[in-house]
Amino acid sequence: MAIDHVFFYLALAGYLLGALHYLLYVVKPNVRIGMVATGLTVVGFAAHTVSHVLRVYSLRRPPLTSPYESLSFFAWAIVLIYLVIEHRYRNRIMGAFVLPLVVLAGSGAAALPQRMAELVPKLQGVGLWSHVAMALFGNAAFALTFCVGLMYLIQERQLKSRHLGRLHIRLPSLELLDDVGFKSILFGFPLLTLALISGSLWAEYARGSFFTWRPREVWSVVSWVLFAGLLYARVSAGWRGRKAALLAILGFCLVLFTFIGVKVLRDGSLI
Amino acid sequence: MELFVVGLSHDTARIAVRERLHVSEKELPKLLDLLGERSEIVERMALATCNRVEVYGVSEGSATPAMEAVVETLAAHRGLQPVAFAEALYRYTAADAVRHVFRVACSLDSMVLGEPQILGQVKAAFTVARAQAAVGMVLSNLMEQAFHVAKRVRTETGIGSAPVSIASAGVDLARQIFGDLAGRSVMIIGAGEMAELALRHLTEDGVTSVLVANRNYDRAVALATEFNGRAVTFESIRREMAETDIVISCTGAPHVILRKEDLQVIIHERRHRPIFLIDIANPRDIDDACNEVDNVYLKSIDDLEEVVKANRTERQREAQRADVIVGRGVGLYLDWLRGLDAVPTIVSLRDRLEAIRQMELEKALGKLGGLTSEQQATIASMTQAMVNKILHQPMTELKRQAAQQNGHVYTSVLRRLFGLEEKEN
Repeated sequence: MAIDHVFFYLALAGYLLGALHYLLYVVKPNVRIGMVATGLTVVGFAAHTVSHVLRVYSLRRPPLTSPYESLSFFAWAIVLIYLVIEHRYRNRIMGAFVLPLVVLAGSGAAALPQRMAELVPKLQGVGLWSHVAMALFGNAAFALTFCVGLMYLIQERQLKSRHLGRLHIRLPSLELLDDVGFKSILFGFPLLTLALISGSLWAEYARGSFFTWRPREVWSVVSWVLFAGLLYARVSAGWRGRKAALLAILGFCLVLFTFIGVKVLRDGSLI
Repeated sequence: MELFVVGLSHDTARIAVRERLHVSEKELPKLLDLLGERSEIVERMALATCNRVEVYGVSEGSATPAMEAVVETLAAHRGLQPVAFAEALYRYTAADAVRHVFRVACSLDSMVLGEPQILGQVKAAFTVARAQAAVGMVLSNLMEQAFHVAKRVRTETGIGSAPVSIASAGVDLARQIFGDLAGRSVMIIGAGEMAELALRHLTEDGVTSVLVANRNYDRAVALATEFNGRAVTFESIRREMAETDIVISCTGAPHVILRKEDLQVIIHERRHRPIFLIDIANPRDIDDACNEVDNVYLKSIDDLEEVVKANRTERQREAQRADVIVGRGVGLYLDWLRGLDAVPTIVSLRDRLEAIRQMELEKALGKLGGLTSEQQATIASMTQAMVNKILHQPMTELKRQAAQQNGHVYTSVLRRLFGLEEKEN
């Protein structure tokens, strides 16, 4: 196994243990458990970063082309954004929702072939790489919005319920969840926009036209429209809370479909 | 020397009795002085809250006369006869006393299980006693251990976390919705003890803007002044709610004052910022259907009561875990206390010297040979007398020092010098 794969598996192990600790933290809010959860995630992230650096070194290009590389980078971006959020908002409960998603993405990446194929010259170039990087980062932000939206709906249901008893899960306040959701869309939407623009510029260069009716491009535009609508509704009509959460969840599902669903439908597999 | 506790609490005495014995902060030093005048009491400390009056102490000899001395002093201090409150008193000694002190500090003996004030009150009482040199090593160490155990209970169990009063449950829910309450606004419609209590909790937690509405405008003004807020007319409620995050309603009105349609308009005007409605009134002020509106959160007094009940059960469960922690703390303290006791050391030392005496006696008698039994007895009793006389002075002094500040030093030095088996503390 190549050395960068070793670090990738290390990262995955870190994320898995971190996820378990975050889940434990929800049930038993012990400070030490929380610190261990964060620590494990940070260690995993460091290993993951090293694996990327090593891959860049041997490939002499950013690790952004093969499906394995994309999914791995996607997971890495989610962890990066999450760690920033956890630090800023001083809340670890979100980890119990985000890290399992990261583990899922990472496991998916691990299941994909990791060969480092040499690429056609057309699939190289700074334009393509920045397009992929921005798309993946933007979608990572939307992944976070998805998790936070899910938490919002659960918390809202708990609070609305008339036969509450005890709060079953101690989630962050609605206000915090809504704020994180909003900020992550504010972060992800410009990235998605730039990704679309750079993508169509590259398509012009590589294929000769700005837009073709390939499924991925179509669904990307649909997602963009949805998120644009969400942002607009939020800013002008004050659409927040429940509706925003639902739309964010829908948006991320659309994103997943754009990247994974389309490919599976067309090729029968992810490779 | 024995550790003891004498006192009464809400469990054993009604308020009428408790208030007769109550000692204010200013009077505490004088009580400690009075207790100090009794020779039966070596160390003392007094705790007086609205729910208990207790004296923790260390007795000179047996605890019973010391406890009687405490009862007499408490009575004399208040100009009462002991019989006026004697039947409400409880007395604990040794391990039971330690357990009681720990349980009190952990709020396990409080009227509201898990309440946070008692620890501060115990600490304050200890500070006063220490300032007057009323406590010695035994009580100091006891209190240190008590605070340590209390901290463990607070961090490792959920005994104090979930709210168990209607008002604090309401505030807790507000925090679940709004996060930090700083800068939030609250409106109270009507008036009433529970509502004002909730208002007080909220303002303590950072709510800055307070609005008061009442059919009687003057009453609104009065309440608003108390909370540094603003009075509004009853008619303007709906308009003001557009900028109010939390609404507490408890009018005496026989009908509903806010309907679903009103809330739909209000929420729209708030641009869908969430609003939290607490309906404490009976009959209810706010239509149940309001809860169906998005971003509106309505809780009636029944809902809050359910939360409180569930939390109380939770606290009971946590109290069991707390008792386990207390038990361990008691064990640790008792171990330490036993280490202070000179008796085991004295016994060990005697045993050691006796063993040496026997050994040397046998050797000598063996070498001498041909002695009459009378002569043998003389030699034996000489060795015995030597050992006794050698030990007498040190043993008396050790017993005397053991009860003092650094008594354990004497005990452990002796053990070390004579190589007696080490005691773990």
